[in-house]
Amino acid sequence: MITCSDAVKQLWEYLDATVGQGEREAMEEHLSLCRRCCGELEFAVELRRLLAASGRSDIPDDVMRRLNQALKELD
Amino acid sequence: MREQLPRLYWTARTLVGDDAEDAVQDCMVKAFERFDQLNDLAAGAAWLRSILVNCCRDRLRAKARQPGEVEFEEAERFSLYRKIAYEDPFPYSDSLHLDFLQEFGREDVHAVLRRLPELYRIPLVLVYMDGFLAKETAAILQVPLGTVLARLHRGRKLFEKQMWDYAQENGLLKEASR
Repeated sequence: MITCSDAVKQLWEYLDATVGQGEREAMEEHLSLCRRCCGELEFAVELRRLLAASGRSDIPDDVMRRLNQALKELD
Repeated sequence: MREQLPRLYWTARTLVGDDAEDAVQDCMVKAFERFDQLNDLAAGAAWLRSILVNCCRDRLRAKARQPGEVEFEEAERFSLYRKIAYEDPFPYSDSLHLDFLQEFGREDVHAVLRRLPELYRIPLVLVYMDGFLAKETAAILQVPLGTVLARLHRGRKLFEKQMWDYAQENGLLKEASR
């Protein structure tokens, strides 16, 4: 079985689905037995959610107006 | 291009801060100049992102600034999850880790990202904020997939370390102690 240290190193890759089948199975076996690493996993999920939510926003009206004007001038 | 403007703007905002609007304008000009190079309209979002990233890099280079660069070896050993549990900044909380994250508004997250060297900041933004896959990010940045994965790994560690430092330096922990 992999160690906690190995599991934590690969948590994000596991969530990104960029690990191979063997690593995925080893991770899932570890998570089924290790409460602390499950906590690390849940935290990584929340941290990813925070990043994703921080990337979505409406553009300020005045900026949009100026960029639209610049686009019109390029057309 | 019009419908892409909000996402381009927010990507640029994360990469170059207050220079975002100018970076998007640079991107628009370059996109118009090179429009005949876009063979597949469906790939337009990634194509525009690639141009934008280069425009942002030009601006970062012009400023020649790498603020808050941290030693990677220190960051590699750092676990934000364990640090929060060990330091216990909110002693009366039942959801310590979530409470920590809730202290971060959008501008705080952007400020933390801007502390990272651009080498790591750009793939983090493209993958975790803009939703591109690692292989799409590799194509946008014109580097091998393995390079993107390695930069994402380092970038995440640096981001976690910088989140803790930022929270301390900006009173997020003190303010939330209740």
